[in-house]
Amino acid sequence: MGLISNGTTIFNNGAMASGFGGSLNFISKQTASSSSTINFTTGIDSTYKEYIFYFVDLHPSNSDNYFEFNMSTDGGSNYNVTKTTTFFRVLRTQTGGTNVFAYLDTDDLAQGTGYQVLSEYGNADAEDSGCGYLHLFNPSSTTFVKHYLSHVHYRRNYTSQSHASAQNFSGGYANTTSAVNAVSFRNRSGTIDSGDIILFGVS
Amino acid sequence: MAVISGGTTLINNGALDSGVATGNLILLSTQTASSSASISFTSGIDSTYDSYIFKFYNIHPSVSSDFDFQVSTNGGSSYGVNITSTWYQSAHNESDTTAAISYEPAEDLAQSTSFQTLNQDMNADNDASNSGYMQLFKPSSTTFIKHFLAANQCMQGTPYSVNSYCGGYVNSASAVNAVQFKMSSGNIDSGTIKMYGVSS
Repeated sequence: MGLISNGTTIFNNGAMASGFGGSLNFISKQTASSSSTINFTTGIDSTYKEYIFYFVDLHPSNSDNYFEFNMSTDGGSNYNVTKTTTFFRVLRTQTGGTNVFAYLDTDDLAQGTGYQVLSEYGNADAEDSGCGYLHLFNPSSTTFVKHYLSHVHYRRNYTSQSHASAQNFSGGYANTTSAVNAVSFRNRSGTIDSGDIILFGVS
Repeated sequence: MAVISGGTTLINNGALDSGVATGNLILLSTQTASSSASISFTSGIDSTYDSYIFKFYNIHPSVSSDFDFQVSTNGGSSYGVNITSTWYQSAHNESDTTAAISYEPAEDLAQSTSFQTLNQDMNADNDASNSGYMQLFKPSSTTFIKHFLAANQCMQGTPYSVNSYCGGYVNSASAVNAVQFKMSSGNIDSGTIKMYGVSS
């Protein structure tokens, strides 16, 4: 049954009509529980031109943790899409007055198929966690490479000084004209002990 | 027909009542490029929202060039308001011979009415494009200058992966009411630009 007001369809077939409501559409949420990976294997398709993954208080099992992601073109059977990426970070120690702004060529990829670093050296004290987001643009395109942009904040260790505020930035592209239809997140070592990853589509 | 629940109007005259919670990112308009010399948003930018977000999906140039924008205070009759801005990029090539972050003084503006670069030297190969976003804050203010922040990711040159970050202000106390996007040379062959309002 539709709901039509003054000639305008507001609801039809169990959904709000296009043009009504907000454009940030919740798709799914996964909660980590000592998880070796968190994979999104459904909901990434041609419905939206942009998908945003929000990272909320991801807590690693191990300190000096690298939080990473990869993409799949076969629904999650393999996460090994070729990528060329950049990575830089800015940090300030909690004490000691050190600040750093630098590109890290150890954390980028040049036509690599491995997992891409989203943040590095995350701390694992009980109160530590990481938050941020990753934008994935038009993953269903079969014409263009697939761009992404991410921005993740972790409290981290830095040299002998524990506890620094660190912003981690990465951008790049999956160098394929096949549709990307699944995304995987993991910590390089250990697990994601707790936290949420929330997937939205932007209409 | 109106829909009223518990004495509260939800729908009336073909629209949701303004009090109905719908989310705060509101799609206002979509434009799709087709060998377009420019794409202009000349309506919908007013005092309704505190900020506007332009999202760029697979902006593909006809020739290698920069993706630029400017604003208007006269509804789009002209685009050329003074901008002072900053610009930096992170770049890494596929052959892994160059990787760096750098401030790019050639791409910033200092009290200039020129178009502001959002991403530079975009590759025009068939699979190359730019995606990203630019947020314009409180364009209707007649008190303050108008701030903007942008992040974009493209395939560049030989090729490189480049993500660029631009921020700045439109140095005018007049309301900004139109925004134009274009390539520094050639056309926007294809791609989509969506404009959203962020409600509060």
